[in-house]
Amino acid sequence: MRLEYFQMIDRVLAVDPDGIRAEALVPDASPVFEGHFPGHPLVPGVLLVETMAQASGYLLLHRLGFARMPFLASVKEAKFRSFVPPGTRLEVTARIEHDGSGYAVTRAGVTRDGQRICDAELTLRILPFPAAELEATMRAQAERIGLGAAARA
Amino acid sequence: MASAFERIADIIAETSDVPRETITPDSHVIEDLGIDSLDFLDTVFAIDKAFGIKVPVEAWTQEVNSGQAPAEQYFVMKNLATRIEELVAAKAAGG
Repeated sequence: MRLEYFQMIDRVLAVDPDGIRAEALVPDASPVFEGHFPGHPLVPGVLLVETMAQASGYLLLHRLGFARMPFLASVKEAKFRSFVPPGTRLEVTARIEHDGSGYAVTRAGVTRDGQRICDAELTLRILPFPAAELEATMRAQAERIGLGAAARA
Repeated sequence: MASAFERIADIIAETSDVPRETITPDSHVIEDLGIDSLDFLDTVFAIDKAFGIKVPVEAWTQEVNSGQAPAEQYFVMKNLATRIEELVAAKAAGG
């Protein structure tokens, strides 16, 4: 994870059109921890939501063949069950709950050693890429985390 | 079983702030009921689930934006209910 750059997913472990499983390694140090919280560093819950949204997003990009871009539209029933300190290895999962017209709903979660950390239902709008630069970046990020390789495995 | 109109009106009242009694067959879901795009997304998701269909909102929007169909055809409640009934019938017929 590079929290300051919103790069939350480090490696895709497995993906198919219906679900994704990925790894996210919380860094030992980050400016984020200086504020959240002094003397008690924790990954902010909003960044755990972002982590689940990115897993859902990569799942949808894979499903759509990068034809369009998913954007987070709503978060429902988000529950944060446990603190996440620096240096934690997380597993992130997302599954398609519903494939709608111009949107998708996923059920996503984060675990540590099999223990549930957080989960939520996410809705993502699926829109044309608004900029060629974004599409190129998403393809490069997907390559970085091994999305294509996981799909072929 | 309640009519498609009744079921859709109930869904809209549950997924948005619109009071159920203000929803009539002639209500335009956006212009009259003031449902914004995010609440409409929730409504469509709930309709998809309740009726076991996939409401083709993108195709409808494209038709309206290109002038091929008037917005009322899809977004006035009684017409929306008819479209949903057609989708359910098409699915039941294997279409």
